[in-house]
Amino acid sequence: MVENVRELLKAHEGLRREVYLDIENSSFVPREVLEAMLPYFNQRAYGNPTLTHKPGWEAFEAIMESAQKIASFLSCKNLEEVNFTPGETEANNLALLGTTLQMRGKGRKIVISEIEPLSVVHVAEMLTKYGFSIVKVPVNSEGFVNLEKLKEAVDSETVLASFSTVNHEIGTIQPIKEAMEIVKDKNPKTIFHTDASDAYGKIPFNVRELDVDLATISSYKILGPRGIGALYVKEGVNIERILEGQIGTQKLWPGVENTPLIVGFARASELAFQKFEENGAHMRRLRDKLIGEITASIVDVRLNGPKGERRAPDNVNISFLRCEGEALTIELSLNGVYVSSGSACTRRLLQPSHVLVAIGRRFEEAHGSILMKVTRYHTEDDIDYVLEVLPKAVERLRGITGATVVE
Amino acid sequence: MSRVPLPYSQKILELFRNPKNLGKMEDATVSAVAGNPQCGDMITFYLKINEHDIIEKASFESYGCAANIATSSIVTEKVKGMKLEDAWKITWKSVAEEVGGLPAVKFHCGILAVGALRRAIRAYYKNKKQIPPEWLPKELTFEEKQALEEEELARILSKKMKMAEEGT
Ligand code: FES
Repeated sequence: MVENVRELLKAHEGLRREVYLDIENSSFVPREVLEAMLPYFNQRAYGNPTLTHKPGWEAFEAIMESAQKIASFLSCKNLEEVNFTPGETEANNLALLGTTLQMRGKGRKIVISEIEPLSVVHVAEMLTKYGFSIVKVPVNSEGFVNLEKLKEAVDSETVLASFSTVNHEIGTIQPIKEAMEIVKDKNPKTIFHTDASDAYGKIPFNVRELDVDLATISSYKILGPRGIGALYVKEGVNIERILEGQIGTQKLWPGVENTPLIVGFARASELAFQKFEENGAHMRRLRDKLIGEITASIVDVRLNGPKGERRAPDNVNISFLRCEGEALTIELSLNGVYVSSGSACTRRLLQPSHVLVAIGRRFEEAHGSILMKVTRYHTEDDIDYVLEVLPKAVERLRGITGATVVE
Repeated sequence: MSRVPLPYSQKILELFRNPKNLGKMEDATVSAVAGNPQCGDMITFYLKINEHDIIEKASFESYGCAANIATSSIVTEKVKGMKLEDAWKITWKSVAEEVGGLPAVKFHCGILAVGALRRAIRAYYKNKKQIPPEWLPKELTFEEKQALEEEELARILSKKMKMAEEGT
């Protein structure tokens, strides 16, 4: 198999340009972030932060300074509220499992939306095996949660509600404050969690103002290294650990802290917040250029998710009818443009993206969907290149499809 | 709904880039549309068959993944000049081998290609209204069952969408 992959890679030789837009699934680490991390591998702070020697104390200092930075970007009360985990998946698992463990005996209901990421959906589903029930609140065609239905869903049995601030696939910015107030109005004891991985560093996100109990953030989604994320836990809110072992500086996650990754996450946060407005405007411009030109120049396309201010600044998700998504990702890759698709063909169970299904997309629409996220590092030239390559790719694949389409 | 790594072979990549016998055939004797109930991909097969029941040429269109495009391309190449009886005997496994192997989750892409060919052959005898030859099984074979007609496919896909919605 790896032989095959070597051949696939060879087929990419001689690319004129490469544009990576699959920030949803992993990201490159910018030089500034990498440089901040490097000394922590072998020059300083490589000790265990709980031990009584210089490299250990250095690590302690680095971790606390990093937590402090992130705490201030989130507007936390104190840095203890920031709990590092190995990523978004782990932080969401910790939020859901840690809350239900803590609240055992107090209720058996979990309320989420139909379009949560799999690290929320699958954990909630797993909990149904242990006596919990889940309610998935529907969303409208742009991905906005139905607040009426949310109100109906929450009751005295509800221990946990989990709603993303920004949807990871279609970029819908939820009215998360309103959602939380509805939940707390119906049941003040319900723990409110939000996966803010696609919000943090991209749109204003202030935990103190929102007053949520738990919030997930992720490093790679803001171009930090993979393998690190955090769960914000509001002071006074208790959740249980889901892993046991040697507890160090992180009360909710045992094991030896990964100082270089934590430092990288903090540095990536600084860079994201440094020119926050400017970065946001830049991403919006590239996003709207992609959406505008694709929808104007290619027929039979559909934008998935809302337009304008209610859409995340970086998110572009478009369905190309009569064009299978997996084939399109390969065709684009061979031309140096890297994206992902919600097509059933790319999934282990051959089912289309649950997010696109939930907003009412037909099978064919999900089948030809492409997800791209722009960053502050992308240039107009990058976008022009995508706009040059994409119509040709779609045209070629539509040629292969011919008249063969499901209606 | 996890993703799978898809280390496609060089052969698949090559046929994906330059598929053989692509496109609608205007003078086809018979054509068959077939859809896969698992992923929703569809293909159309066109055959030109002469009076001796020999396939003179074959072509296809595919609304499917790279593996489907490649296996369809192989099948259309293979059947050229074949007697229908021999074409019927082509197995999806031999097709998979010829494209340098398929990842398990992509077996159905090759099955779809063979299923569509068989559907076209069956349709040919049905259209001719002649007694089908003995070698043609009365019951639909596994491959044909994995290559549904449009209506049936649409029904299954809507069920599948429901399931995806319910997150099962
Ligand atoms: S994934 Fe369905 S035909 Fe290939």
